[in-house]
Amino acid sequence: MEWEVVIGLEIHAQLATKSKIFSGAATAYGTAPNTQACAVDLGMPGVLPVLNKEAVRMAVKFGTAIDAHIAPRSVFARKNYFYPDLPKGYQISQFELPIVGAGHLDIELEDGSSKRIGVTRAHLEEDAGKSLHEDFHGLTGVDLNRAGTPLLEIVSEPDMRSAKEAVAYMKKIHSLVRYLEICDGNMQEGSFRCDANISMRPKGQKEFGTRAEIKNLNSFRFVERAINIEIERQIDILEEGGTVNQETRLYDSAKNETRSMRSKEEAFDYRYFPDPDLLPVELTSEDIEEIRKTLPELPHQKKERFTNSFGLTAYDAGVLTSSRELADFFENVVISSGNESKLAANWVTGDFMAALNKAGIEITKSPVSAEHLGGMIQRIADNTISGKIAKQVFEAIWNGEGDADTIIEKKGLKQITDSSAIEAIIDEIIANNPAQTEQYRSGKDKLFGFFVGQTMKATQGKANPAQVNSLLKKKLNK
Amino acid sequence: MHDKTVAQLGAGLRNGEFSSVELTRAFLERIEKHDKTLNSFITVTPELALEQASAADARIKANEATPLTGIPFAHKDIFCTQGIRTSCGSKMLDNFISPYDATVVSQLKSAGIVTLGKTNMDEFAMGSSNETSYYGTVKNPWDTNAVPGGSSGGSAAAVAARLTPVASGTDTGGSIRQPAALCGITGLKPTYGRVSRYGMIAFASSLDQGGPMTRTAEDAAIVLNAMAGFDERDSTSIDKPVPDYSAHLNDSLEGLKIGLPKEYFDEGLDSAVGDAIDASIKEYQKLGAEIVEISLPNTHLAVPTYYVVAPAECSTNLSRFDGVRYGHRCDSPKNLEDLYKRSRGEGFGDEVKRRIMMGTYALSSGYYDAYYLKAQKIRRLISDDFRKAFEKIDLIAGPTAPSVAFNIGEKNEDPVSMYLSDIYTIAANLAGLPAISIPAGFVTDRPVGLQLIGNYFEEARLLGAAHQYQQVTDWHNHHPEGF
Repeated sequence: MEWEVVIGLEIHAQLATKSKIFSGAATAYGTAPNTQACAVDLGMPGVLPVLNKEAVRMAVKFGTAIDAHIAPRSVFARKNYFYPDLPKGYQISQFELPIVGAGHLDIELEDGSSKRIGVTRAHLEEDAGKSLHEDFHGLTGVDLNRAGTPLLEIVSEPDMRSAKEAVAYMKKIHSLVRYLEICDGNMQEGSFRCDANISMRPKGQKEFGTRAEIKNLNSFRFVERAINIEIERQIDILEEGGTVNQETRLYDSAKNETRSMRSKEEAFDYRYFPDPDLLPVELTSEDIEEIRKTLPELPHQKKERFTNSFGLTAYDAGVLTSSRELADFFENVVISSGNESKLAANWVTGDFMAALNKAGIEITKSPVSAEHLGGMIQRIADNTISGKIAKQVFEAIWNGEGDADTIIEKKGLKQITDSSAIEAIIDEIIANNPAQTEQYRSGKDKLFGFFVGQTMKATQGKANPAQVNSLLKKKLNK
Repeated sequence: MHDKTVAQLGAGLRNGEFSSVELTRAFLERIEKHDKTLNSFITVTPELALEQASAADARIKANEATPLTGIPFAHKDIFCTQGIRTSCGSKMLDNFISPYDATVVSQLKSAGIVTLGKTNMDEFAMGSSNETSYYGTVKNPWDTNAVPGGSSGGSAAAVAARLTPVASGTDTGGSIRQPAALCGITGLKPTYGRVSRYGMIAFASSLDQGGPMTRTAEDAAIVLNAMAGFDERDSTSIDKPVPDYSAHLNDSLEGLKIGLPKEYFDEGLDSAVGDAIDASIKEYQKLGAEIVEISLPNTHLAVPTYYVVAPAECSTNLSRFDGVRYGHRCDSPKNLEDLYKRSRGEGFGDEVKRRIMMGTYALSSGYYDAYYLKAQKIRRLISDDFRKAFEKIDLIAGPTAPSVAFNIGEKNEDPVSMYLSDIYTIAANLAGLPAISIPAGFVTDRPVGLQLIGNYFEEARLLGAAHQYQQVTDWHNHHPEGF
């Protein structure tokens, strides 16, 4: 039987507020345990939550960016369960009335087409602390620094049909929240993570199958692998005539397997109810409009502009707008290159990104500045250097040897564009290679490359390739 | 000295008749002498009190005194007090030293009060007789066989017995007014949101409200001036200017329309208490008020509604008491579940457990709509009853409690009859309205309380009506024998 997977994601994006969602404590990562937990975060008797307005603003920003309905009135609810890193015995979240309602965004598929993915809702909630099971000799340590950190939980519709689509969607959200500057997107630190709901059904069937939820996937790679391994597991069960249990599963990245955490029967009754300590969040259409005005240019808008005003291909524009940092870098390269946008796109998506990937460096830490790269591209455009020589120049810039002009000067890489100088060299080559000349002239066109190579060798690659071509043709065809 | 009101003591301090240190010593001696009988304090803080008293004396000398500077004060043990045990009447918090002050506590501190200690209360404010306290029952100074009411029973008994001129209380379903009535003192529950709840250990967040417990309405006005106000740490506190409550005490009652809800005078009311209330209504007529009979048709639904809403909220408010970070932790837990079960099982008393169970049930999936949502709808109906009533009248008057103080142990086996002792007070909490109980006579030598309920933020009108009644009666000046 042919099976179809149905996937929905719940993404938790940690909002980049300075202080926590319901207290004044700082949210910085990596400080000593329990140094960023105030009385409110510790769940002391008598303390009360006060909503951080910045978190609301960020949630609305996200909602307006995905064309979602923003609730004029949303309500915080308590999700009740006991756990040592949950100090109050309940998590303040939103349940029936979330701040962001239905919205959508488009992802690009491998075949170049795009697909619309629905976002069911996005709601604000507080993060829990961390339980540390190592280093306490059989006991558990609790670090409440993270407790009360604001999260935006973004729930998708079950619209994805492959692990690749799920990853594309997650990357799209990841890029968006970073564009909006509402989340740092740092997956190692847990600032961006997701749960995946996965079910199988025979292809063509309308009804969904029973789903399993895989918790806490904190890298794109794990999302893809966990989904694929879960698809295999479910298909194995179904093909043997079994049934998939509705349950929560954990992905073990070391063993590349998912395992059961709790079944539906063991699921908690969270006893959600409106938190009486917090007033409903009320937003007027003016408030929402005010926030909408602060939206930066969004990825899809930027992509459109890149194709229209820079004449880039949809593919290149897509790559260059995949992150705000990359897009900004590219635009700076274009400016410094004197608007050589196509050449800039080739260099940024080509050698530049390859170098970053090879070195494992983030674009924000790139050793080559946009100005230096743009300056070099300008020298290609004005024929000071050839594209081939440019690779040498780029390497030197990467190694910190200065800007393109300095390097070209110092290394004598300036292109030879003096026709008489090139002609003299060509004459010499023709004179020294009578046999090849004869063969070429008698119709062995392939040998043209040999003469180009000889010329470039003789000029150490500095001769202008276009000039070399035309002069060679002129001389050889005499 | 101990028979004087806050207003009189303040004047005496500022006139130099006595110092705050002398005053504080006098009250500490009275606590020492009488509280063995009454058990109204859980913690007495003599050193802190004397330290604060001498600071207050310096402030008075420097002419920087507020009306409360140097006045001895007792806090209900539900208010967090930095460096002092804050037990909430529970074994669960017997070892809990609060790391911070409640907003009310710090406001009163900056006004210059002297903290005598922390008063006894029903465990986590759940009770109407003070019998659920881990620290033992408080005795009613008018009759030590009787309960003082609850949950602010320690505060009420201490003020009635002149162990402190004033105490703080909290009122979730009548916990200031009912003990004030049963102990013959004045107790005001302000409008929900008028007094900050920050640092007041939550019982039912949407109902809890702190307020003053004093001998007179004049004193309640002085204390409320220092307690009330917006607090940015409490999202439910209301950002509205605080009037000078002392300035409106003598506003004329001529033409004031007082409504008597017929539902507050039905067969559930002890007839002798009813007679005392009738007599006090006559006093209001003499003062120029117009009496109108009104109806609050959903009154009978207040107690059942309250016993869904309050337990539901408390069942999650009390989840933080889990034995992990502070409070009682059982000995050598086997695992996490054992830690939770035994810490909570040992730390909480029966009434608290009963309410946590009721509330957990009401919020459970499958029951939520039938209980919690339904209760919220009825709560709106009850508020609507009041809204309609206040279109025609200025104040509502009636009994605070259906009977005078009952005997210790009398209602222990019957939680529902205990719950019914708050039948007239609960509705004001559900609606969030301000209400006051003032002494209005005696039945079999036990005090009767008259309750006045006002419209939102009309504490000044309530206090004025109470004050002028106290100018023409002397029930509030009666002094329990032996104290």
